[in-house]
Amino acid sequence: MRTISYAAAGLEAIAEEMRRDDKVFHLSTDANRDLVDEFGEQRIRGTPIAEGALTGMGLGAAGSGFRPIVDWRMVTFSFVAMDQIVNQASKIHYMFGGQTKFPVTYRASVGGGTRLAAQHSQSPYSMFMNLAGLKMVLPSTPYDVKGLLKSLIRDDNPVISFESTRLMGMTGEVPDGEYTVPIGVADVKRQGSDVTVIALAWLVHEALAAAETLAAEGISVEVVDPRTLVPMDAETLRASARKTGRVVIADEAGPTAGASAEIAALLTEDPDTFAALKAPVRRVCALQVPIPYSPVLEDHVFPDREKIAEAVRDLAR
Amino acid sequence: MTTTLTPEAQREMLRQMQIIRRFEERASDDYIAGKIYGVVHCYIGEEAVAVGVCAALNRDDQIISTHRGHGHCIAKGADLNRMMAELYGRETGYCKGKGGSMHIADFGIGMLGANGIVAGGISIVTGAGLAAQMEGKGRVAVSFFGDGASNAGPFHESINIASAWKLPMIYVCENNLWAASTAAATTLAQEDVAARAAGYGIPGVVVDGNDVLAVHEAALEAVARARAGEGPTLIECKTYRQRRHTERPGQVDYRTDDEIAAWMDRDPIPRLVEHLKGQQGQLTDAEWAAMDSEIMATIQSSVDFAEASPFPRPEAALEDVFAD
Ligand SMILES: Cc1ncc(C[n+]2csc(CCOP(=O)(O)OP(=O)(O)O)c2C)c(N)n1
Repeated sequence: MRTISYAAAGLEAIAEEMRRDDKVFHLSTDANRDLVDEFGEQRIRGTPIAEGALTGMGLGAAGSGFRPIVDWRMVTFSFVAMDQIVNQASKIHYMFGGQTKFPVTYRASVGGGTRLAAQHSQSPYSMFMNLAGLKMVLPSTPYDVKGLLKSLIRDDNPVISFESTRLMGMTGEVPDGEYTVPIGVADVKRQGSDVTVIALAWLVHEALAAAETLAAEGISVEVVDPRTLVPMDAETLRASARKTGRVVIADEAGPTAGASAEIAALLTEDPDTFAALKAPVRRVCALQVPIPYSPVLEDHVFPDREKIAEAVRDLAR
Repeated sequence: MTTTLTPEAQREMLRQMQIIRRFEERASDDYIAGKIYGVVHCYIGEEAVAVGVCAALNRDDQIISTHRGHGHCIAKGADLNRMMAELYGRETGYCKGKGGSMHIADFGIGMLGANGIVAGGISIVTGAGLAAQMEGKGRVAVSFFGDGASNAGPFHESINIASAWKLPMIYVCENNLWAASTAAATTLAQEDVAARAAGYGIPGVVVDGNDVLAVHEAALEAVARARAGEGPTLIECKTYRQRRHTERPGQVDYRTDDEIAAWMDRDPIPRLVEHLKGQQGQLTDAEWAAMDSEIMATIQSSVDFAEASPFPRPEAALEDVFAD
């Protein structure tokens, strides 16, 4: 199999879907020149810095027969479009009684670790999860980002592809041929029997690294990647929790009302899973603060493989 | 270049512009060397805008900046030591190491902050203008922003309100022809941002943004109008950033060599130097050299201050989330 980067896998998904369906077009404040060369400036549009308008225009074009992709670039820049996301996109299908479809795909990078300070280091997906009417994914590998993005572009709803800033340069195997990854299906990234680590995006890799270390200490860790945030594959997460009886949830976002909180609730509110738990569910998240600039401060705020390993050791004791 | 300013005042503007330039040259070097983190956006080539405008302001007038903020900070009178320490991520920095290059502020001198969100500051500083009007002490507020920002909602919403309420505002568009990798020519509905002022019933002025004296003249007039309660002015400064969008190595840059060269010829600093030298020797080569070496020493001492300052304690990450 070929090895390509997470960022390149995302671009491949867009190019393939644009070749496959001429209703797909792309809006972004920074037009990708390779895509412009292949598809032209009509379909790959470099836009003014007006994310609110772009977000609404994507929705409007979607309701008028196209399948737009609106790349917010950083999730940071989606916040100037909150009306269009919250009041419009998430509700438009339901509110108008399902009269027409709005197949628009929004893309946004998330996460920190880049010394870019509070505004440019955000992991706010749970804010979006809280809205009924938007599907969203958060893949951790080049394979998953490509397969999921293709599924999103083909989906008939407003959808969001959250992509991890820290993983953009990460490489991984991606097949040559056509494939998709289904929305709403979690993936067990490593089998284990003592403790389940449910990790998101970059922390999947931190959890896998922790699992290696812990294996040498005689602790067998299962790593589960939800991959899709909405709809969440609760059954796969619960099955792993029932198998090991001990769960650590690792998220680059803060804990308060986070994806980690949702996952903990999905596990513990299920009677069979609750009965199988041998210890309280543990969360390893960022501290609940805006992300600071100075490396000393930023490194203190984020979770990592050591913090995951520590939590696992604690639970396995 | 014409002006009514004294030679001393002009030499002070030159000094300010050169401080900005030398500060950023050093910031760029130290960023490449890994001593400054994240991202650094240089204002080099655009110094005449911040200096020309801020020279028309009082200490208690307020300004707001953008992601390209060092020049605005320095022109408003910020302390170079605390600025450099912030870039170095140190406890003694303006934001205790929490902000970095994109987020330097000094509220004590009316510098309401650099801002990582394009157009993010325009409404905030319009609020400062509203406060100035309500207070009634004749203060004004200035919004600096790029051509890219002029296409975003806050520009239009804020200027409309400021005009309707006659707020003491000056909106300064730094049209450097590019928003990151996107040419302004492909995104502006009309070539001159200043032309939009007509739609809001306020004066819209185009000035040569690389002529500090012309910028200053325009700013004086706008400030007088604002202080007199006649409302806002939109000043569009045609200028150019001499460097790439950020200092990150490998950054794409679609600008042509010809375009860059043409603007290098209009560099605002040599222009003012030549002007002063031409005017009955109001600046000699020796004086200019002495001014520059004094500035270099000041920049070096800001780096020394930063390097001698401690990093914050890790636990300080948890402080300042709320005011006590
Ligand atoms: C709302 C928003 N969208 C996108 C960005 C990414 N971005 C940072 S700077 C920039 C270009 C800004 O251009 P302009 O306003 O002309 O200022 P200049 O960089 O030329 O000084 C962009 C698109 C951002 N920071 N904020």
